[in-house]
Amino acid sequence: MRHLLDTKTLGREEALRILDVAEDMADTQRREIKKLPTLRGKTVVNLFFEDSTRTRISFEAAAKRLSADVINFSAKGSSVSKGESLQDTAQTLQAMGADAVVIRHGASGAPRTLATSGWITAGVVNAGDGTHEHPTQALLDAFTMRKRTFGDDSRGRDLAGLRVTIVGDILHSRVARSNVWLLDTLGADVTLVAPPTLVPQDVSAWPVRVLYDLDEAIADGCDALMMLRIQLERMNAAYFPTEREYSRRWGLDATRLAALGTGSMVMHPGPMNRGLEISADAADSPRSTVLEQVTNGVSVRMAVLYLLLAGATDEREDAR
Amino acid sequence: MTEVFLFRGAQLEGGEAADLVIADGVIVEAGTGLSRAGATEIDVDGLVALPGLVDLHTHLREPGYEASETILTGSRAAAAGGYTTVFAMPNTSPVADTAGVVEQELALGEAAGFVTVQPIGAVTVGQKGERLAEIGAMADSRARVRVFSDDGFCVWDPLIMRRALEYVKAFDGVIAQHAQDPRLTEGAQMNEGIVSAELGLTGWPAVAEESIIARDVLLAEHVGSRLHVCHLSTAGSVEIIRWAKRRGVDVTAEVTPHHLLLTDELARGYDARYKVNPPLRREEDVLAVREGLADGTIDIVATDHAPHPAEAKACEWQAAANGMVGLESALRVVQQAMVDTGLLVWADVARVMSRTPARIGRLRGHGTPLSEGHAASVTFYDPRPVRTFSSDDLRGRSVNSPYLGRELPGEVRWTLNRGVPTVVDGALLETPGVRA
Repeated sequence: MRHLLDTKTLGREEALRILDVAEDMADTQRREIKKLPTLRGKTVVNLFFEDSTRTRISFEAAAKRLSADVINFSAKGSSVSKGESLQDTAQTLQAMGADAVVIRHGASGAPRTLATSGWITAGVVNAGDGTHEHPTQALLDAFTMRKRTFGDDSRGRDLAGLRVTIVGDILHSRVARSNVWLLDTLGADVTLVAPPTLVPQDVSAWPVRVLYDLDEAIADGCDALMMLRIQLERMNAAYFPTEREYSRRWGLDATRLAALGTGSMVMHPGPMNRGLEISADAADSPRSTVLEQVTNGVSVRMAVLYLLLAGATDEREDAR
Repeated sequence: MTEVFLFRGAQLEGGEAADLVIADGVIVEAGTGLSRAGATEIDVDGLVALPGLVDLHTHLREPGYEASETILTGSRAAAAGGYTTVFAMPNTSPVADTAGVVEQELALGEAAGFVTVQPIGAVTVGQKGERLAEIGAMADSRARVRVFSDDGFCVWDPLIMRRALEYVKAFDGVIAQHAQDPRLTEGAQMNEGIVSAELGLTGWPAVAEESIIARDVLLAEHVGSRLHVCHLSTAGSVEIIRWAKRRGVDVTAEVTPHHLLLTDELARGYDARYKVNPPLRREEDVLAVREGLADGTIDIVATDHAPHPAEAKACEWQAAANGMVGLESALRVVQQAMVDTGLLVWADVARVMSRTPARIGRLRGHGTPLSEGHAASVTFYDPRPVRTFSSDDLRGRSVNSPYLGRELPGEVRWTLNRGVPTVVDGALLETPGVRA
């Protein structure tokens, strides 16, 4: 794997390979000594143009457990705010000898620009770009769904027939976009539930069903219910009238939790707004996968870094 | 005494072959089998002769943004593309909202000598949309401004727009509107639709253009004024103009070469060369604007030539500037999109790229027929070669062309600006009229 920029162009075999390698990584993380020597001597740069402590420390943990050297680069100014340009930042990292760049950027497409510009030779991992994609989040979500569904028998399996419902601000969500494409690739059936203002104007090309009514979606049945974080500044832009109304119509409260089938899992990419899109009952219930998602995030990111930096040699090895 | 030319065998607007004798800036004779003692004879057999092209929508960036373009470099790009006249948009620094600035631009254009540079004046002071600029002073100035535009910004306030439309009637002026509802396009990055949804780029909906055009044609009808719609880009806009013309509204409309050829699919790689305002639209829109140009709903092709320095494009899409250079490629793109597809013949090209833009801009002596007694502003164009468009084709200061690496037909062989050659045998002259 040269780069990981999105899930839209990630093939089924490649996705399964990442998930299966992540299984191996997860196994190693149950040992007392979690550190592997695999990426010794490699340098991974976490290039974060947006604050995101969770994603950054997850990538940092993943790289360190593979013995890579990690440089955290918080680029406060982007060229948008008249700071250093992406080009100059990238060329600086190149001059320092980065082997992989994990980039989080507020502008959609910035990772692709970085990967295709010729400014660097390092592999690029998209750690979230604007309202475009967040591929490792979707991979860790898929890993979590697979693990909950198949347990130790997960390797080699896809998510065929799994019913996944994603609820919230689809319009601005890179998590939703990455999940839609990956889940479709893995055979899941995806339903999106959102206020009509927070669905892109034309999703006719998306392999999804769109509903505006969360109760209807729950009544139809779903195996995984993924609640997205709602950002309060959306309210000021007239996407919805008040926090309370949003919570009432699209929040996962105790009643809706009770209506959910017992086998359903409740997911959230974090950080959660407890009491807004998800109630404490739901967040803390045994159906919640929130903490598993965090744990699995490290394994999935280990797998991605491994395949990017060490996987080139055994590229032809069959996915197990 | 200036050089006398005898061009032999040109197809006038693509029709009959004819010879043209040019002396002292004028076509002194047009016909077949001509001869003229002492004239430089040039064989242009098989070339299409068009009246020198007139661009109603160019950004020359001077004064203020000389890193992108100057009046001289932009004039050179224009001549290379077969133009002899360009209308310069007022979004300079300072804004061309006073007689002083437009007269300075006119003088710089004259000094450059490649094309006639006709300034466009701002509608409102500083293009801020709040109060009318001194439109009358610009009209009365040596630059004789007749076209007024806040291009880059929409004259959004309906009352200001109404007043502007009314006011310019005093001297047969026209308001050229950049139709874009600002509220519907806050943070907009590309056409709103299937592609923007996937790429996670904020959408620029067609309705933000169409609603302003609809309002403006109704305003123009109400006050009996002349309206020109800049860079129309959607199928819906074509429908509205068609409807307005049927009602007898005095409206004209332009389309850019890039909206005749390119679609929003090109945004998929986040290559900011394809970022432009209004944005590239869907295939359906491209077909609709072609049809609109073919049936006369859209009156002209204008380039919206918008040079930017390299760093304004070599960055993330969201941070990149809007705009494309277009003067050097316009005629070739129009050939590919309109002539080679059978939608227009060369006489139509002469109309939409020369005669009508000059008429809309009320610029006498430009876009005139290639016949005896008229100005010798002529473009000799060879439609036969097909070549890859490259940076060698670009003659301005900036290289933000969406066509680099793309196959385009045609080649400008000669451009004469009032009898003075600026392009000779396909090569742009360093100094107009001075051949190596």
